[in-house]
Amino acid sequence: MTAPPLLDIRKLCIGFRSRAGAILPVLHEVNLSVCRGESLGIVGESGSGKSTLALAAMGYLRHGLQRLSGEVIYDGKDMFDRPATELARIRGGQLGLIPQNSGQSLTPTQRIGTQIAEALHLHCDHDPATHHARACHLLQQVRLPDPETILRRYPHELSGGQQQRVAIAMAMAGEPDALLLDEPTTGLDVTTQAHILDLLRDLARERDMAMVYVSHDLGVIARVCDRVQVLYAGETVLTGPARAVLRAPAHPYAAALLAAIPRLGAKGLPRALDGRPPTPDMARTGCAFAPRCALATEACHTERPDMARTGDGQAARCLFPGKVAERDAGREPPPCATDSPCALAIEGLSVRYDRPGLLARLTGAALPPATVAGITFDLRRGETLGLVGESGSGKSTILRAIAGLLPPDSGEIALGDGTRLSGAVERRRPEELRHIQMIFQNPDESLNPRQSVGDILAQPLRLYFGLRGQTLQDRAVELLETVRLGAHYLDRRPGQLSGGEKQRVAVARAFAAEPEVVLCDEITSALDVSVQAAVLELLNDLKARHGTAFIFVSHDLTVVRALSDRVAVLYQGRICETGPAAAVYGAPNHPYTEVLLGAVLAPDPDHVPRLLAEDGVELAPPARGCPFQRRCPVKRGSTCETDTPPARDAGGGHVIRCHIPIEELRG
Amino acid sequence: MSALAATRRMRAGTLLREVMARPSGAIGVTLVTLHALMAIFSPLIVPYDYKAMAATLTLAEPSAAHWLGTDHLGRDVLSRVMLGGREALVITGIATPVAMLWGGLTGVWLGLRGGWPDEVAMRVVDAFLALPGILPLLVLITVFGTGGEVLLPTLAFFFGIPVIRVARAAAHEVVARDFVSAARARGHRPFDIVRREILPNVTDTLLVEGAMRWSWMLLGFSALSFLGFGVAPPRPDWGLMISDARVYMSLAPWGVIAPVLALSTLIIGINLTADALAKTLGLDRSRKAVI
Amino acid sequence: MIGVIARRLALGLVTVWLVSVIIFLGVEALPGDACTAILERDAHGEALDACRKALGLETPALDRYLGWAAGVMQGNFGMSASGHESIAQMVGYRVRNSLLLAAGALSVGIPLAISLGVVAGLTRDRWPDLLFSTGAILAMTIPEFVAATLLILIFAIWLGWVPAIVLTPADAPPLEFFPEFILASTVLTMLMIAHVMRMIRASVIETMASDYVQMATLKGVPYWRIVFRHALPNALLPAINVIALTVAWLLGGVVVVEVVFNYPGLGRLLIDAISSRDLPVVQAITMIVAATYVAVNLVADLLSLMLNPRLRSHQARRR
Repeated sequence: MTAPPLLDIRKLCIGFRSRAGAILPVLHEVNLSVCRGESLGIVGESGSGKSTLALAAMGYLRHGLQRLSGEVIYDGKDMFDRPATELARIRGGQLGLIPQNSGQSLTPTQRIGTQIAEALHLHCDHDPATHHARACHLLQQVRLPDPETILRRYPHELSGGQQQRVAIAMAMAGEPDALLLDEPTTGLDVTTQAHILDLLRDLARERDMAMVYVSHDLGVIARVCDRVQVLYAGETVLTGPARAVLRAPAHPYAAALLAAIPRLGAKGLPRALDGRPPTPDMARTGCAFAPRCALATEACHTERPDMARTGDGQAARCLFPGKVAERDAGREPPPCATDSPCALAIEGLSVRYDRPGLLARLTGAALPPATVAGITFDLRRGETLGLVGESGSGKSTILRAIAGLLPPDSGEIALGDGTRLSGAVERRRPEELRHIQMIFQNPDESLNPRQSVGDILAQPLRLYFGLRGQTLQDRAVELLETVRLGAHYLDRRPGQLSGGEKQRVAVARAFAAEPEVVLCDEITSALDVSVQAAVLELLNDLKARHGTAFIFVSHDLTVVRALSDRVAVLYQGRICETGPAAAVYGAPNHPYTEVLLGAVLAPDPDHVPRLLAEDGVELAPPARGCPFQRRCPVKRGSTCETDTPPARDAGGGHVIRCHIPIEELRG
Repeated sequence: MSALAATRRMRAGTLLREVMARPSGAIGVTLVTLHALMAIFSPLIVPYDYKAMAATLTLAEPSAAHWLGTDHLGRDVLSRVMLGGREALVITGIATPVAMLWGGLTGVWLGLRGGWPDEVAMRVVDAFLALPGILPLLVLITVFGTGGEVLLPTLAFFFGIPVIRVARAAAHEVVARDFVSAARARGHRPFDIVRREILPNVTDTLLVEGAMRWSWMLLGFSALSFLGFGVAPPRPDWGLMISDARVYMSLAPWGVIAPVLALSTLIIGINLTADALAKTLGLDRSRKAVI
Repeated sequence: MIGVIARRLALGLVTVWLVSVIIFLGVEALPGDACTAILERDAHGEALDACRKALGLETPALDRYLGWAAGVMQGNFGMSASGHESIAQMVGYRVRNSLLLAAGALSVGIPLAISLGVVAGLTRDRWPDLLFSTGAILAMTIPEFVAATLLILIFAIWLGWVPAIVLTPADAPPLEFFPEFILASTVLTMLMIAHVMRMIRASVIETMASDYVQMATLKGVPYWRIVFRHALPNALLPAINVIALTVAWLLGGVVVVEVVFNYPGLGRLLIDAISSRDLPVVQAITMIVAATYVAVNLVADLLSLMLNPRLRSHQARRR
């Protein structure tokens, strides 16, 4: 590292003025430097100030924020001191940004071609006549097939992955020296994410660019970064080479963060990190992480630590750098007895969103294939069934159908005692409803903002058990305690709670009904990893205590792995593979499962994902044959297009629906 | 139940305090309060009888005896201005909540119910909105007279129709949210879902909407009086006073200016309050289409 | 796309038909009829019967509705109850005058409202915004007849630039009622600017805070290019429908303003017709106004469908 840094941020403080008039810091004396050809990862949870830092690197502050002190040096001059014309030349030129949500970052009323041409026009001297060819070339460079068509499209006509590639192409149009990436793959499917990260790595290497990669996901950082900087509450708490930080982090926060990540290889629950980071309005005395640190001493609460170097190139803001808690193995979820009675039986469930119109019914026109079809499984008491699949795989649709919110087209839903449930929730009896409870993805949406936590918990208690007055209150407090919240939460409203607390309330509400089956719809995907780990632990406790059965829907294979006894893999609304978790995550696999597992990232610098199939978004399942036929890397001729794949038994309840014999899949 | 009532009171209190914390809210609430106080106490404090005519003192300039002068019949302008808002305030003050209530509940119900009743009702609402705004009022008043017993239900009915649309749209937004799905999946009765989950989340919209519609109804009411379809003379009313004094405007401008100021301050007060209320509740009033 | 247009058109027609039913039923439900209105105190016995026979009031309501509706579709609104004069003729010049008034107000008002709204939105919470926004609140809150009265007080009485009260016949050439026209369209412009401006301001603020404007800034697009290329096309799209409502309101005959200025438009005719209980005229005006309202809104819907790529493909997909 002899070359001078390309971008050098020194002691940058950024803050905003609160309603009371005080200036509250969002970033506190943050240093950052990155050289040409180097890739730096900025890691932090929500609220750590990482996005603010990335934007500040371009001399940009969101509305309401102000620079309090420090400098952002690029090309020998402070970005904040440059006049607007100079900034405009650098932004999108030498410094490119790839935003978090490309869908909303592309101007909706302009065609892709216009937007790329604008970038070329602003930052290249090329002859305007060559812009079209240049734009096509850029789209090819980001591996988009058929660039001519894409150029004519509007942003909303592209899939999330395509939009992200367009954003990358637009940044590349300015032939940048450095790329700032603000969570560019968050919200994308695992396979798409793996492809985009691959693309970014290659581009950076080809063009010898510097990259500043902001993410909450250490797996992503491990894949693309040479160096890592960890932010906590607006401060840098740890910097160092990626390998050292990921293998032996010198700061207890980074260690806790790593331990909170569920992994494919390790069975068992990730370790939760309790508490929440301080908000900008809290006074800073001592180490910001001390209240949550397992190793905190008296001094940690009073003395502000400085960055201290350790032997392996790391620098940690800690009084005891390098001293981290022993990482004990995560607890295993209690195994589910294979002979426990059935709690729920689903037989041939099929759901379609667009019901055939009157005309179609009269003429008997061929129906488009159902969104979800042929879903059959049993769920035993105390068992957790994981449903995994990418977006559009129909996993949430299945849950909504089971809950009665989306009446199925055909198929049966029966409780353990054999009672068949009506498709519509309005026609189910209260006792049947009580048996099945659902927890939704986003607690901001699933908790009524106008009700107090007490009101929210009271609803199922009154409805199912007729509780009133003091008994109602006592039971609500009891429920709060089971989700590790105190009685003082009763009067709070959802707006006053953190994301994790809200989701706990939603869990408590589901358990208030004392259900046999709980449906979990991506319940941790809106949460930070440390909070996610805590919710997973909580579910596990409840399962052990009450013998509740779960259907756990997620796009995240590692989370499903940590929690599930059995797993079903969905593609285009059809089950591809199902079986005990160990078997599904082992071999042999359905080709689709293989693709998914290959794309999963791990917070390990040596882990290389395998890209087995093109990432593509399919809007509707094929009318005949195997649902995965269009993307399958090992497709076997026309049989896959015409015949429904047979269910092949791989032993021990492990079933793979594929035309390829089990023995060959094993290879 | 009492705990719930207590939180409601608390919420109303905090809301008022937060509205008053904004300059527009402070001015607005003060103006509206002053007008309300004047409407209540004016009969006790007016200097003259509103119908007492002084033939010798027509169109007199403002003086110590008559602070705002006299009108063409020699009646004291100040007394008439002080009394001139009472009828408008009482009638619109009752008709607005009634309109919000019936329009709001219908809209929420339609938004929740959907299907053919919704489709049919929305066409009828559209048809009513296509009528020239003031026409149904004028027709009904010409036929049935201008008493409060006619004006109040008529205003309440016709001003409730656009509210249906607003409430329906607000309900649509809420119905799509997961907490309504959660309540449905638990098996609550539709009535309970409306009462507990939906209504509390549309009241903010309806509250702001109500304040705005109140000012419009006041404008409509005074326009009716101005056109001679509202309050019957000799009872004092700002719209009527402006209409009467208009003819003598060149001789006695105070006869026009005084009721204009009275009416404007009230309507500005309501609008400022509505603005502050909308900002406090995090709604954007100006985005609302004028329907 | 054609399917969408056809559907909107059909809905518009249904609305117009519903209006005709409402009007017809409304008039039916009123006590008395055209004859009691014409004959006033003589409305009894033979005279009443004869009149009813002459006007065809004895036939069943449904037949009369069908006959009336058939006439309306051919542009024949029947005869006025009082003047024994063809309604189509009475209304013709009034429509022209009201259209003129609306055109005057719109041609100044819409560009002004859009520019003020954009400037206020771009200078959010700084002095141009505060100035324009406060002005808008004031303009919104002053009743139209108050504004009209004040204008007359200032321009006709204090300054004496225009005559205060004039009586121009409806069929006079437009130049003859130019003074009323100027004052009336000024009042209308003031009223409409406020709503449209506030709406556009909010829309501009929202788009300027959007992710794609932030992205354009960070792509190095100069400020004014961002405003004109990225922000405004998106900010002005939702304004189309608000402007349409304003246009419909203006074309619908602005009763109060026309009365104050004695402007010979549809609105004043409506008031006169109501005062003299000339129900056929009221019916005819209402139909014209309602059809205009529906048509303008239809045009606005189709326009935003055409200009908004998101709406366009969304509708096409749903068909």
